[in-house]
Amino acid sequence: MNYNITNILQGIWKLADQTGPVAIMEVCGTHTSSIRQYGIPSLLPPNIRLVSGPGCPVCVTSSADIAAAIALASLDEVIFTCFGDMMRVPNGDVSLYSLYEQGRDIRLVTSPLDALTIAQEYPEKQVVYFGIGFETTAPHTAVLVEKAAQAKVRNLSILNSHKTMPQAITALLQNESSIDALLCPGHVAAMIGAEAFAFVPEKLQLPAAIAGFAADEILAAILAIMDLLHKQKLDCVNMYPQFVTPAGNRSALNLLYRVMEPCDAIWRGLGSLPQSGLQFRPAYRDFEARTRFNIEKTETTEPKDCLCAAILRGKAIPPNCVHFSRDCTPDAPVGPCMVSSEGACAAYYRYREE
Amino acid sequence: MCLAIPGLITKIQDGEATVDYGGVSKHADLSLMEKAALGDIVLVHAGFVIQILDKKAGEELQKLVKATLDVL
Repeated sequence: MNYNITNILQGIWKLADQTGPVAIMEVCGTHTSSIRQYGIPSLLPPNIRLVSGPGCPVCVTSSADIAAAIALASLDEVIFTCFGDMMRVPNGDVSLYSLYEQGRDIRLVTSPLDALTIAQEYPEKQVVYFGIGFETTAPHTAVLVEKAAQAKVRNLSILNSHKTMPQAITALLQNESSIDALLCPGHVAAMIGAEAFAFVPEKLQLPAAIAGFAADEILAAILAIMDLLHKQKLDCVNMYPQFVTPAGNRSALNLLYRVMEPCDAIWRGLGSLPQSGLQFRPAYRDFEARTRFNIEKTETTEPKDCLCAAILRGKAIPPNCVHFSRDCTPDAPVGPCMVSSEGACAAYYRYREE
Repeated sequence: MCLAIPGLITKIQDGEATVDYGGVSKHADLSLMEKAALGDIVLVHAGFVIQILDKKAGEELQKLVKATLDVL
């Protein structure tokens, strides 16, 4: 947006002089990554603390879902497709990447529609797409399924692990006194609309700002939050209106909810949250890979001493973990927060001070 | 994963836009934003156009930031 960053910082420092300690949680992995990349914490007054929340889709995918992905990718008849950052998430000693190294047919896609192209190219194989992410990516999977249904493609299915963000924020922050304000995810808001975050001031009693992802956009949103705190005003300010409308992308949401419906879902670190996941409506259930391949739910345990679950709840920071930067690095991650570039551990590791 | 990139629509054909990201062109599906038109700056995520830039809203935001700073 090309704000004058110096002026914004002066405004933040001036307002911070008039408040006590302030903890602002960001719930978007891309915000976490940008905040570390631009060194934003080092620009802020010492009484403003930025806390990472459960905003990385890779990090919050449960180990049971990772186990299901590994089981599916191990089948001879399956071509398994996913985004690149799912490849290295470990489940015990196995990851999708280790299966790929053993010769399994696992392919990276940059659009869910790539899975449809592969399915049409290999009619003798079964193509599985690993659908993860929040409202920013779930409509894409809905389009994939509708297009596959229209084209009568029978050899495509989805390991559906999509989730919705407002329920996680509510579960995390209701009855939570250590967080003073929320930095809301700009691209989720581009889909669900600014009005969808009204629950933050209304139900959670926290001021909030919807933010873009450049340094000046994040700082402008922090300024807006400090302004709300200073005025003791409960509101959610849309500081990304160039792409976030009040109602969001209604046609995308209509399409999403034509194909999927809310369901309970298990989040890594947060457990089972009611109505926080998305499952296919009955007319589309044939596309669910778990059913098609009869994948049983497995109980899995988190890596020993790994703090990812506490980090996702904003209760710990990556350097608190005994594994961090010792035996847990982006090349050899122990826990999921080190895997994706949007995970808090990976962001801390990449932009750490030597 | 949730990072969307803004780009300029330079061509539309068969429900697909060609989007220019400052010299690099890629295709993006228009199923989620059918009203996007030639010349729009759009937000593209994982191969799909998900929003159109509202230039006027950006100017209003600049004014909002300025107004906040002016009263400090």
